[in-house]
Amino acid sequence: MIPTEYYIFLGSGLFLIGVIGVLTRRNVLIILMSIELILNAVNINLMALSQYFKSVDGQVFAIFVITDAAAEAAVGLGLIIALFRNKETVNADEIDLLKW
Amino acid sequence: MLDYIWLIPIFPALGAAIQLFFGRRLSNKAVSVVSVGLPGLSFLWAVGCFVQFLGLPESQHHVFSKFLYTWLPAGAFHLSNGSLGNLTVQVGMQLDPLSCVMLLVVTGVGFLIHVYSIGYMAHEGGYYRFFGYLNLFMFSMLVLVLADNYLMMFVGWEGVGLCSYLLIGFYFLRKSASDAGMKAFIVNRIGDAGFLLGVMLMVVTFGTLDFQSVTAAARSGQFPVGSGVITAICILLFVGATGKSAQIPLYVWLPDAMEGPTPVSALIHAATMVTAGVYMVARSNALFILSPTALALVAGIGAATAIWAASIGLVQNDIKRVLAYSTVSQLGYMFLACGVAAFGAGVFHLMTHAFFKALLFLGSGSVIHAMSGEQDMRKMGALWPKIPITAKTMLVGTLAISGAPFLSGFFSKDEILWQSFASPYGSKVLWIVGVATAGMTAFYMFRLFFMTFTGKSRVPHEAEHHIHESPRSMTIPLICLAVGAAGAGYVGWPKMLDGPNWFARFLDPVFENPSARPAFEHTWNQEFGLMLLSVAVAFTGFFVAYRWYVKQPGIAERVAAKAGAAYRLLVHKYYLDEIYDALFVNRVKDVGSALARFDLAVVDGGVNGVGWSTRMTAELSRLWDTWVIDGLVNVLGFFVKILSWPARILQTGLVQNYAWFITAGVLFFMIYFLVRS
Repeated sequence: MIPTEYYIFLGSGLFLIGVIGVLTRRNVLIILMSIELILNAVNINLMALSQYFKSVDGQVFAIFVITDAAAEAAVGLGLIIALFRNKETVNADEIDLLKW
Repeated sequence: MLDYIWLIPIFPALGAAIQLFFGRRLSNKAVSVVSVGLPGLSFLWAVGCFVQFLGLPESQHHVFSKFLYTWLPAGAFHLSNGSLGNLTVQVGMQLDPLSCVMLLVVTGVGFLIHVYSIGYMAHEGGYYRFFGYLNLFMFSMLVLVLADNYLMMFVGWEGVGLCSYLLIGFYFLRKSASDAGMKAFIVNRIGDAGFLLGVMLMVVTFGTLDFQSVTAAARSGQFPVGSGVITAICILLFVGATGKSAQIPLYVWLPDAMEGPTPVSALIHAATMVTAGVYMVARSNALFILSPTALALVAGIGAATAIWAASIGLVQNDIKRVLAYSTVSQLGYMFLACGVAAFGAGVFHLMTHAFFKALLFLGSGSVIHAMSGEQDMRKMGALWPKIPITAKTMLVGTLAISGAPFLSGFFSKDEILWQSFASPYGSKVLWIVGVATAGMTAFYMFRLFFMTFTGKSRVPHEAEHHIHESPRSMTIPLICLAVGAAGAGYVGWPKMLDGPNWFARFLDPVFENPSARPAFEHTWNQEFGLMLLSVAVAFTGFFVAYRWYVKQPGIAERVAAKAGAAYRLLVHKYYLDEIYDALFVNRVKDVGSALARFDLAVVDGGVNGVGWSTRMTAELSRLWDTWVIDGLVNVLGFFVKILSWPARILQTGLVQNYAWFITAGVLFFMIYFLVRS
């Protein structure tokens, strides 16, 4: 049986990679993928702790998160396509319409 | 039929409404049928009414009134003598011998002229418009004639004036025609002002405008002969008559009115409308008889106009102008008759004149038609064989107006001349003027006839082969009128020639005035002698014309050259138009341009000044707004901008920056809580 800490470390590592990806990468697609990483890190956490506490609540939440991630991916990709059509770019630092 | 007498004016009114509202869409044929048929119906109805009127029982033989409705219930007011009057004006029709004569003349001659117009206007534009106006004129004239009070008469009076204006200016694209229309309208307006003042004075004097009531009041002996207020009323009414009936000093519009189409000249400016003044004076005979001053004025103006216009007519070369001056002159005769209190003779001449002058005008129209629009008699001549019907009927008309024995003009003119000599209101001077005018009339009418129909042809070559007799719709009215011009006088065959003088007896009830001066006794020899004399004078006129224009053509030019100054005076119509221009027209124009200058300088200046000051204050307000109000707001905005600068630079619009802030914030709080615990 793998100890729960390992899962936590794995989840934290994935989360950290995801956050760094969101903060540093310029391609919006990569940022979207990083967000998926973050979500899956959370899922691993939820799984591990669900098993640790002998409760299925965490699994239920994980299913919600997966559903959410699917929806988010669909909407996000749609947004990116719309964005590309208008701006002809997918670089996050070139998209700054909402500034003062 | 008498009960429906109001249909007589309604028929042409209907025609006018149809033409003026829908005429554009009707064919010329439909226009002719409607607009000639309806006056024809009026004529038939009028004849029916006349026959019924003659058949009325003796007790109401003299007048028939038909009340239609109350028009103006004006209420109570104080009369000039202090008593309380109560004026109501009604719309009603009155038929008495006088209006019978007018009614038959207007509808009869009017109908013939309508028929004539079918042929004359066939090739003119605005056919339906012409007939619409003509029918409207018939309506107004019939209202004038059938009215039973002065106000309703005034309505008709103004209506015929309007139609006269519209028809004189029928060819309104020609400046001279529209000018002539305006001249007629304005000159008539001067007269109408007099008429209206007279009517107002009548209201405060009698408290009624009803013909019968006014006549009854005047005949009651309530007002003495020579009463000042009656004289004033009469003179004011006569001012109206001088305008409408073209007497000195207001006759100047009538010659210019010849700009209208010839049937209009015949109907309005010869046979009917211009005699409205005579009708009105005859209608007011009970008033005029009370004022010898006014009568003398009427007679004097009438005689003066007769000879004045006849002398101008001697030298005119435009065929219609000769007839126009002749009309003015003949109207002068009618007023001369009224002025010597021989109203019956005046109305008699009115009737015969309607026939022969309408005939002469229509004949001249036929000549003009044949000559393709030429009106100058110097370019005519020798037309008799080419247009024989026109020429023969014209000869009848010429003989009638010249007073050739046993034609209509002879009876009526002689009656007037005799009355101006023999009437207690007459004088020898009036008679001499009348006889001289008769001589001139014969001269200028035969001059017209000879220049047009006999002698050598002076027609330009290109017009020569166009000459043709007019269509039957024109010649038949000519023939009818010629019969009338020849025979109309027989209803007034004088007593002196063993006649019944049916006409005078018929009219007598209208003109019976208790305060009239009794007639002098005159012998038969005297009357017969004067008649022979006037015929001799007329014959002299004819003979001179014959010698000058037929026997030795060319003599006329020599005479004209010899009498240079006098001839020029006549050719220029005594320079009266120029004098009026100098005295009145240009003065009015001066006043107008002075007012225009006042408008430009003061009124426009004031308006412009107000506009300028508004603009200046607006400019000041604008400066205040931009520099002070906007400045304040801008300064405020500037401060806000400065103060908000640090917050502003945080909003980069880059989503990753915000993600950095979130991450930093989360880390910060995590560390904070970890350290604190």
